Amino acid sequence: MTAPGAPGSAGAWWGTEDVCVRFGDTLALNDVWFRAEPGRVSAVVGGDGAGRTTLLRCLAGALAPTSGRVRRPIPLETGYLSAGSGVYPDLSVTENLAFRATAYRVPAQQARERGAELLARAGLDRVGDRLAGQLSGGMRQKLGVIAAMLHHPDLLVLDEPTTGVDPVSRADLWWLIARAAAGGAAVVLATSYLDEAERAHDVLVLDAGTVLATGTADQIVAAMPGTLTVASARPAGEAGRGAWRREGRWRVWNPTAADTAGAIAPDLQDAVTVAILARELALVPAAGASR
Amino acid sequence: MWAMIVKEFRQLRRDRRTLAMMIVMPVVLLIVFGYAASFDVTTIPTVAAGPEAGQVTHLVGEPFHVVATEPSQGRAWAEQQLRDGNAAVAVVTGSGRPQVLIDGSQLFTAKAAIAELSAAAAKAAVKGAAAGGQASPPASQPQPVVTVLYNPDLNTSDIMIPGLAGVVLVFVGTIITSLGVVRERQSGTLEQLAVMPLKPRDVFLGKIGPYFAVAALDLAIVVSVGVGLFGVPFRGSLAVFALGAVLFLFVTLGLGVLISSVSENQGQAIQLSLMVTLPQILLSGLIFPLASIAVGVRWISYLLPLTYFNEIARGVMLRAEPLAPLWQPFVLLALLGAVVFTLASLRFRADLAPAAPRRGAGSPRRPESARGAPGTTSATSAVGTPGTRSAG
Repeated sequence: MTAPGAPGSAGAWWGTEDVCVRFGDTLALNDVWFRAEPGRVSAVVGGDGAGRTTLLRCLAGALAPTSGRVRRPIPLETGYLSAGSGVYPDLSVTENLAFRATAYRVPAQQARERGAELLARAGLDRVGDRLAGQLSGGMRQKLGVIAAMLHHPDLLVLDEPTTGVDPVSRADLWWLIARAAAGGAAVVLATSYLDEAERAHDVLVLDAGTVLATGTADQIVAAMPGTLTVASARPAGEAGRGAWRREGRWRVWNPTAADTAGAIAPDLQDAVTVAILARELALVPAAGASR
Repeated sequence: MWAMIVKEFRQLRRDRRTLAMMIVMPVVLLIVFGYAASFDVTTIPTVAAGPEAGQVTHLVGEPFHVVATEPSQGRAWAEQQLRDGNAAVAVVTGSGRPQVLIDGSQLFTAKAAIAELSAAAAKAAVKGAAAGGQASPPASQPQPVVTVLYNPDLNTSDIMIPGLAGVVLVFVGTIITSLGVVRERQSGTLEQLAVMPLKPRDVFLGKIGPYFAVAALDLAIVVSVGVGLFGVPFRGSLAVFALGAVLFLFVTLGLGVLISSVSENQGQAIQLSLMVTLPQILLSGLIFPLASIAVGVRWISYLLPLTYFNEIARGVMLRAEPLAPLWQPFVLLALLGAVVFTLASLRFRADLAPAAPRRGAGSPRRPESARGAPGTTSATSAVGTPGTRSAG
């Protein structure tokens, strides 16, 4: 049996314990507990200003929390893709990877082989000499992810790696992400796409810096309170506060009913929306919710 | 168009630094440079040697100001005083006509001295003519033999090019460096650097190293072109010159990093760089003699690194000054370098390591021990130590 706490041991995790981050008067993260386990992909989801980037910056070591505790590997064993692609636009693809390999002390030969393999899988093998600034947004994101995972990090932190990326490139990126997790890395990614979050092993739902839900996608869906129905129009009155548009129709959430006729099985997107809605309704009971 | 005007004003109002540059800086610069912009030489430091050195004080009037007399010394001592920058004019008395040595590397002072001597000679000639009815001066008042040293033809290029070499270094060292670092911030790569297993010191030195090399190459090219194309003499020690250039480069590169660390974008970096560069060009003695700059403004000159590099470059290239008499500019340049470099590296470190107290500096691929106790309310990080799931 591996000693508890040893890196790479079964049951080991990286993450945050009771972390608060305050920017002036703004509480960006409020008592956030989060665990990312080796070999698993954790998705951090939430609306704008939810605190996803702040949490990822804490995990990567780019930001010190105001209070609480962050568990992360030493910088040499952490890979980070910041909100941009994090690559140098005036360096070529191979020069970017060479710089990253040197900084992370990856032997040159090993870096070349791994870089070539990952570039080929991501469809970037023919643009090795092209400047990163001349790549499309999706290609640049893929390069950023490859650069972040080039050194086989124990913790791979990716801030919105697939935002603004076409479906084909998204598939490539997910292959890279899955590859990093299969290699034993704990992968944490922030995403705005809930269909992507469903592909992750674990999901953390943040809203206004607070954890609304955590667990696997199925656990979060199962834990959704109340029931969900579909309507062709927004219900009038109080019921309308718990309704939102999706795919041309209205989802209506009834927080109290345990079993309603015509109730549908929610998915992660529904569960996350309900979690955010529930918080908003609790915070502003009299305010009308419009979605 | 109205919409554009309103938008521009709104943006301008929020960019306080640009607004200040546009409104306050012109007034400040006009006042400062107005007091600095003077070619008038009011005082010419003079030394006297030879048996009649003591009488020189009484013979020469304004603007000559005798700062030292050595009756026991001769021409060699007088030349050394000029070479070491202790005086701009030296009078050597003795048998025959007095010799007046003028330091040509102090162009405006030299020209003022020559003009004064010519005026005095003309006055004496007129006085002699009035007294004796002859045009030539009387034999009792022998006219001095004037010799201009270090820049006999009083070439402007001879005194400008050593200083211009410094200006080139200011441009490369301050402006280009400040852009190089702030570009990292704008492109988001500075945050990548912050989390990489690189020490802030390594990033700092790695960042400025190439600029240092390019600036050094620039300097070599400028000096070579100055010597080869413009015929500027290089009489002194290359090693002394190089030492001065290295110290100067440290200050200018440090200024570049300092500017970049307080700038949010490249526009701000350029604005600040110009605010640092422009006074160096106008107040360092490169164009206007330091002695001509109003005292109330001159103190700024002594805070500028180019002032000292100028002194070193002209001293070494034109007057072949060795290291010893240049100790003052060297020490002051080193002092400025230490202050600027320390500030720059501290700012850079703060920029680069927002989680500095928690960043691991452990040996490669080996976890550090956990720091801080779990459950404490203070901000702690366990770097390199994963947590464990509870059993079950």
